Amino acid sequence: MRLLIAYLVGLVFGAGISLSGMANPAKVLNFFDVAGTWDPSLAFVMGGAVVVAFIGYRLVLKRPAPLIGARFQIPENPRIDTRLLGGSALFGVGWGIAGFCPGGALPALGTGRVEVFVFVAALIGGILVAKGLMAASGARAAEAARQGK
Amino acid sequence: MPEMTAIETVFTPWQSLAGGALIGAAAVLLMLTLGRIMGATGILAGIVVPASRSEAGWRLALLAGMISGPLAVLAVTGRMPSVEVPVSLPMLLVGGFLVGIGVTYGSGCTSGHGVCGMARLSRRSIAATLTFMLTTAATVYVVRHLLGA
Repeated sequence: MRLLIAYLVGLVFGAGISLSGMANPAKVLNFFDVAGTWDPSLAFVMGGAVVVAFIGYRLVLKRPAPLIGARFQIPENPRIDTRLLGGSALFGVGWGIAGFCPGGALPALGTGRVEVFVFVAALIGGILVAKGLMAASGARAAEAARQGK
Repeated sequence: MPEMTAIETVFTPWQSLAGGALIGAAAVLLMLTLGRIMGATGILAGIVVPASRSEAGWRLALLAGMISGPLAVLAVTGRMPSVEVPVSLPMLLVGGFLVGIGVTYGSGCTSGHGVCGMARLSRRSIAATLTFMLTTAATVYVVRHLLGA
């Protein structure tokens, strides 16, 4: 049941990403290229997604618990630190170079385009290296991160 | 001649808004059912470096759903969603690797911070989103207008 629900949620997400243009690097990069071939479409993607999620979350989170599972698992770390901002800044540089973000690229795998597989392979490589670096940065940093979580 | 030529894309406000609404709906559905944040970074990282088998299972099913997304759009509209990549394969590798490092340190990407976090009015996610939107725009400007790619 859990797996079927997860599949269907992924399907809705993937269809939304595909329709919206987030799976299309040309469109994504043009959103950021105000000084060039500007295409403001992605503002509508973000707007539509945030408004629906804002209203929906408010309704859903009134419940004591989700339909399956004991509790809502929501990040509660309030800290805005170097790790968050530095990581996000680096993510933006990569996004600006490649035109794919993770949520855009994963559904785009379904189109079978070789470029998407190249990007996702590098993405996984980056995740593994970062996880390795984080683990290697020692017990003290790990402890600090856990307390930060 | 530039190695990477910008491709003009058509402004699609309604289609992008509809796609965005589906992305938001997927986020709400996942919170309602499994009580989880719909973040592509967390879902992929949870498959690549699984905490346990049951934690990897629903994420794999969700990923399979995401990949089916473009095919669902193809089935309904008769057209595969377009993926135009104005970026060379080496730059996709560089970009993908940086995205992987960045989203791991930054604990999220466009879906997790940009949609789910913003919808929860999380200060952390708002800070992350502003940061990566800014560095993405700066990177696109540098790549397209200063380096002349």
